[in-house]
Amino acid sequence: MADQEFESVVTDEMRAMIGVKGEETISELTTTSVRMFARSVGYVDPAFYDEEVARERGFRSLPAPPGYLGTPIFNPAESDATFGGRRGAGGFRSPYPLVLNGGTDIEYTGEQICAGDTLTSATALASLQERWSGALGVPMLIQVSETTYTNQHGQVVAVSRGTGISYPAPGS
Amino acid sequence: MSDAVPDQIYFEDIEVGDNIPELEKSPTSQQLVQWAAGSGDFYQIHYDTSYAQDTGLDDIIVHGALKHAFLGELLWRFAGPEGQVKRVQCSYRGMDPAAQGRESAQEKKFTLRGTVTRKYSEGERNFVELNIEGVRADGSVSTPGTGVVVLPSRG
Repeated sequence: MADQEFESVVTDEMRAMIGVKGEETISELTTTSVRMFARSVGYVDPAFYDEEVARERGFRSLPAPPGYLGTPIFNPAESDATFGGRRGAGGFRSPYPLVLNGGTDIEYTGEQICAGDTLTSATALASLQERWSGALGVPMLIQVSETTYTNQHGQVVAVSRGTGISYPAPGS
Repeated sequence: MSDAVPDQIYFEDIEVGDNIPELEKSPTSQQLVQWAAGSGDFYQIHYDTSYAQDTGLDDIIVHGALKHAFLGELLWRFAGPEGQVKRVQCSYRGMDPAAQGRESAQEKKFTLRGTVTRKYSEGERNFVELNIEGVRADGSVSTPGTGVVVLPSRG
């Protein structure tokens, strides 16, 4: 079946943002933050809770479980209450109001990420795609953002790609 | 309860097509609140039923990134104490509910599975690629993905 025709919402200005890195975010990993993340996933491996076990296993301190890339330094005076980033930070904003998380892809370089590390990250829009959603009966904008994480020694430790799907309210 | 630290598996012991040990989760509202604190994602659709319903959802849903982290734990356990998780990728194809109130957590069982699709070596490092997925209690797959781990060699 041919895609239903719809009007594109992607402007030249939006396309120009592809590949342009936004402002940097500083995130910290501490022993407590690693334990909190590990507990919330349900890990029972003592390497995430006991520094002695972590060191015996060859880690500098408690290792970051997969998916944990630090907690952004926050200050409620200027941080977003929901996601913790800086309020009003730049970056791509979809013209559609409703957003779904489409997927997560994190690739590690192999450098250890442990409690005590400070990661600096910057996000760039990687791609924009428009598609008709047969299920919702609305057009969707699919944006992929790529974030590179660098540790306090200047080593890239991970690259994450997040897919966001935004769309207008059905029936609007 | 599975072993805290599974026995080490070696690159030579793996064949394409092997299913890796499954991991079972039963996300509850308590776990979603722990995740909100652990990850820093305080979006209300994950812990406030009225808020979730106001956005058109039936009820609170499991965070996508928590499902990604569950798949990360599946691979962490497979890679073992001497292995490494290299990549965790997944798509969120559907919402997953969390157990609330007196509801049995088992009813919201969420199983993580993986199958080896490729193995190869680059220099001294041995890589294993997998198809991975998060499966609901009714058997439907809400969270398909792929993963890569580095495994030690017996050699």
